[in-house]
Amino acid sequence: MRGEGDSVERGQATGDAATERAGEARALAERPPAALEVGALGFRYGRHVALEDVAFEVPRGRFVALLGANGAGKTTLFSIATGLFSAGSGRVRVLGHDLARESGAALAELGVVFQRPTLDGDLTVRQNLAYFADLHGLPRAEARARIERSLLRHKLGALGERAVVTLSGGQRRRVELARALLHDPAVLLCDEPTVGLDAPSRRAFLAHVRALATAADGLGVLWATHLFDEIEPGDRVVLLERGRVRALGELDALLLEHGAGDVGTLFATLGAGMDER
Amino acid sequence: MSGGRRDLAHASLALRGIARREALRFVHQRGRFFSALVRPLVWLFIFAAGFRSVLGVSIIPPYQTYILYEEYITPGLCGMILLFNGMQSSLSMVYDREMGSMRVLLSSPLPRWYLLFCKLLAGVLVALLQVYVFLAIAWFWDIRPPPAGYLAALPALVLAGIMLGALGLALSARIRQLENFAGVMNFVIFPMFFASSALYPLWKIRDSSELLFRICQWNPFTHAVELVRHALYGVIDWTSLGVTLGASALFLAIAVLGYDPLRGSLARREGAATRA
Repeated sequence: MRGEGDSVERGQATGDAATERAGEARALAERPPAALEVGALGFRYGRHVALEDVAFEVPRGRFVALLGANGAGKTTLFSIATGLFSAGSGRVRVLGHDLARESGAALAELGVVFQRPTLDGDLTVRQNLAYFADLHGLPRAEARARIERSLLRHKLGALGERAVVTLSGGQRRRVELARALLHDPAVLLCDEPTVGLDAPSRRAFLAHVRALATAADGLGVLWATHLFDEIEPGDRVVLLERGRVRALGELDALLLEHGAGDVGTLFATLGAGMDER
Repeated sequence: MSGGRRDLAHASLALRGIARREALRFVHQRGRFFSALVRPLVWLFIFAAGFRSVLGVSIIPPYQTYILYEEYITPGLCGMILLFNGMQSSLSMVYDREMGSMRVLLSSPLPRWYLLFCKLLAGVLVALLQVYVFLAIAWFWDIRPPPAGYLAALPALVLAGIMLGALGLALSARIRQLENFAGVMNFVIFPMFFASSALYPLWKIRDSSELLFRICQWNPFTHAVELVRHALYGVIDWTSLGVTLGASALFLAIAVLGYDPLRGSLARREGAATRA
């Protein structure tokens, strides 16, 4: 009898575990895909390891700071995430679309502000935006409407007909942001976009992007920086050092975990060569 | 709209956008237009006039009679416009890469080979405009191929433009900096132009050197020029057509490989720059 009871219990336990696993799998399947998912990513330039086993997520509607000193691998990571380089190993998914296998669908959900300005200086702001709209296949009427909305949204209304070469650094960055969001992507990648801006322009640009991340459309933002005054409590942080993830989590939790009183102390403990401003 | 039609619409919008950008940049850089035009005109008005008596041209296909030297070199000068334009595109690709706007193009949700082909085609369209303006000026200089020849030459000019543009594209994948472009002038443009049938018929070159004749025969630019020359007189030069098509495919394949994120030199080059 006892053996029979054990067997029933064991059977019950096995059944419970299976149900639990099935429930977990179902929950995982039902969970909306992250705006950006980077998994076990690796990349080498010849013998030099640029990225190794890098993994993190950018959920929709969240601002995630990718922190790292110069040479930490941020730009390489961005180059892979934007399809310019192929990953040596691992994967990048944008809203569930694998960048290697469904590159078109993945890139369509990606908006990028590159580290270096990438606008065409000879062209007007509107012409730059129209060019991008064509590259993303937006029909002409829709593109026109989106460009007008975008100019207003990013406070560029009066600059539409100005040649980009005549704009200030801050204005150019706003145009790049307007362009990156023109096709309504799920995730925005910003690769040190405040480099070269003066302090007020830098603060204004960052505040603008933060506001976009908390807006109703649930834009996920990955903000690469080496300036830790650009990080705020509540931000999700990925600390990259020499191509590896050294720390990952909410800033508040990381401060608590490492017994650091402020961001500067935390990064002095975890990272090296970070700039403080 | 079905997926296929949507993809097609997207592809045509991208082509339109890239072509329009090239055209706008061209309009903004009017100096580029005039310098592209002045070069062949100087050759036509000065060089050809000066060498008219020295370089007589016997009857060779596609010509039915004796012709003036100016008439002989006109297709070669059309080729010169396409050649310089192809290399100019290459220069602009390197510039775009340095300026970063290449990243915007290559991170668009379309196949990379298609984006590069659009870029190439846009450059060819700009070059075609220059060629026809040149031919119109040459008409006033009494260089008058049959009227139908202007139309018949169009596909030949497009193909020749694609071949030379693809060569420029392939080179741009290897050129690290704008400063290296001088090397392209010395090692690609001048040898290609002078070792061809653009300025003198191949039989004249053979009289001087069998080796040089063979080099000219192997030069794809010779075939591009002969394709255009024959087309202007309503004749198809099948050998030149085959060689130009083959060379176009080869150069385009090299360009696509050069810009391939996995195999291309882009990552290696940027890696070197990042570590530097």
